[in-house]
Amino acid sequence: MQISARHLDKITIFDLSGDIDLATSPELRKALLRELRELRIPRVILNLKAVRYIDSSGVASLVEGLKASRDVGSRFILFGLNTTVREVLQLSKLVRIFEICENEEQAIAP
Amino acid sequence: MSQGSLLLRMELRSNPDMLCVVRGALGQLTEKLGFPATDCRAIVLAVDEALTNIIRHAYLGRAERPIDATFRSIHVSRDGARRKALEVVLGDQGVTVDHKKLSSRSLEEVRPGGLGLHFIRESMDTVEFHRRNGRNQLRLVKFLSVSEPHKRS
Repeated sequence: MQISARHLDKITIFDLSGDIDLATSPELRKALLRELRELRIPRVILNLKAVRYIDSSGVASLVEGLKASRDVGSRFILFGLNTTVREVLQLSKLVRIFEICENEEQAIAP
Repeated sequence: MSQGSLLLRMELRSNPDMLCVVRGALGQLTEKLGFPATDCRAIVLAVDEALTNIIRHAYLGRAERPIDATFRSIHVSRDGARRKALEVVLGDQGVTVDHKKLSSRSLEEVRPGGLGLHFIRESMDTVEFHRRNGRNQLRLVKFLSVSEPHKRS
């Protein structure tokens, strides 16, 4: 997994690519919790367009990010879900708890 | 366990960095066997989650412990017909895992963790755990259904 961050005004966008699994999900979790719990960024957005694979540990990292955002009153938004990611989130039955946008324009809109 | 026709055997170590290698090989194998794209992804997910469970729960996160994975093409009677299927058997020498505890997670709870076994059960047609001679063995079976064109996402 590769993770890079872009910072707009009070928004952080993480561009993720590759596989989010047991080996890589701790890095994602750490990045999300830093942005939300430590820096208290009001809106954290995950661009999942280039994610090839996500497993339960990856979903768990997303859930942790969501919970942290709720704790600090931030928004946590996902966009660019491909078939693989969408299938796994649907299988987890947690897809409804996330704020999901079709594209980046929607995700950064006021 | 069915004898079947051996397709692939892997001797792995409990190293999370190797999971992507298994996924790559299994993705190719299931595609070659003619599984529909959605089933290919489901089988890859189930085996990946099973290996993750072995690494995390049976070996308690310790690396370099042995895991063996065997993939066979089998025929099984189901609904009065002989059906072709993929059988996956994963073996490890870790501690006994209480699968009832692992599966007790309610999906209504919004919390991380506890999804792996749910993914395995939802993805495969048969899921069987055994403990024999100090070894854990997990047997997974997926029936081959009518194929559809593969789509890259």
